[in-house]
Amino acid sequence: MINIKVNGKAYQLAVDPSTPILWVLRDTLGLMGTKFGCGVAQCGACTVHLDGEGIRSCISPVSRAAGKEITTIEGLDVKLGKPLEQAWIQEDVPQCGYCQSGQIMAAAILLRDNPNPTDQDIDDGMSGNLCRCGTYQRIRKAIHVAAKLRT
Amino acid sequence: MQKIKTSRHRQLKIVVYLAMSLAFLSALAMPFENDKRVNTGNTAAVAEVKIIDEATMERDQLAEESKAAFNEAYTVFMHPRCLNCHPSGDIPLQGDDSRLHTMNVKRGPDGKGLYAMKCKNCHQDTHVPGNNMPPGHFNWHLPPAKTKMVFEGKSPRQLATSFKDPKFTGFKSMDEFIKHVEEDTLVKNSFTYGTRPPLSHPDFVVKVKEWIAKGAAIPDK
Repeated sequence: MINIKVNGKAYQLAVDPSTPILWVLRDTLGLMGTKFGCGVAQCGACTVHLDGEGIRSCISPVSRAAGKEITTIEGLDVKLGKPLEQAWIQEDVPQCGYCQSGQIMAAAILLRDNPNPTDQDIDDGMSGNLCRCGTYQRIRKAIHVAAKLRT
Repeated sequence: MQKIKTSRHRQLKIVVYLAMSLAFLSALAMPFENDKRVNTGNTAAVAEVKIIDEATMERDQLAEESKAAFNEAYTVFMHPRCLNCHPSGDIPLQGDDSRLHTMNVKRGPDGKGLYAMKCKNCHQDTHVPGNNMPPGHFNWHLPPAKTKMVFEGKSPRQLATSFKDPKFTGFKSMDEFIKHVEEDTLVKNSFTYGTRPPLSHPDFVVKVKEWIAKGAAIPDK
């Protein structure tokens, strides 16, 4: 049995400890907001927060989360999540939308650690999240907007 | 009376001749005596020079052995498994061709990455099985920004000189340097996956220790 906390709720799970966190979230707990992209930690679509760090859930075994707290897109703190959501809508960021959950989870960490990021800071914080639609310019603009909305 | 006088005169003559002979012989012998002293003196001087030569030769020999040990360890330092985390910039390297790490990953102040791109976000505590998976270690990181410990592009001479500079390594002593090489689990981890360095970890440690024990000589090039 593995004890984990997801979005504030405690769970005791009877799963193989090597199961990637992504599949525990999606298949066991039914939280579908986190997406499977590449499966080898290359694209960032599966980004969730583990004790505040933006881990790639597709290759992180659930054993790593034992006794820790996971936050998914469904449970993102409103102080970070709301401004990002508003900015994403205002700038009409998503195209197909598949990568956007991971994008927002990465952007939340960037804004938490650096409330007024420069373009370079955004590149440093976001270039690990791929977007096949190429919405990078809108993502960058929306992060600047979200930073202003938070102040 | 006359007879006695003549006899005494003859005796005196003999004494004088004997004294002259002795003086002559002594004079003849003197140069040899001096030569002997000079020769003895020279022998001592030669012996002294010989002692200095042996010490110098021994020192030179040790220095050569020290340099040779470093040059062998250098092949490990410059192998991708070691070099990739000691890049000349702030982006780690990856693969056997030491290409820039994908995703524009950056060092960060503590060497553990930036924002949502921390090393440990992808690198797990252990190697993840399967192709193209990131290798793992519980403390995956680069050297911190204050001591970047750049290996990339350095000759053996430059690298050895750097290792002796505490500002370069961040280590207070060569003992700490040895400890990093011998005991740091992230260093040891580099000998467990992908293309292995040319020496085993124990052999590598032996060479590093030999380099230091024999004077930490700086290679010529």
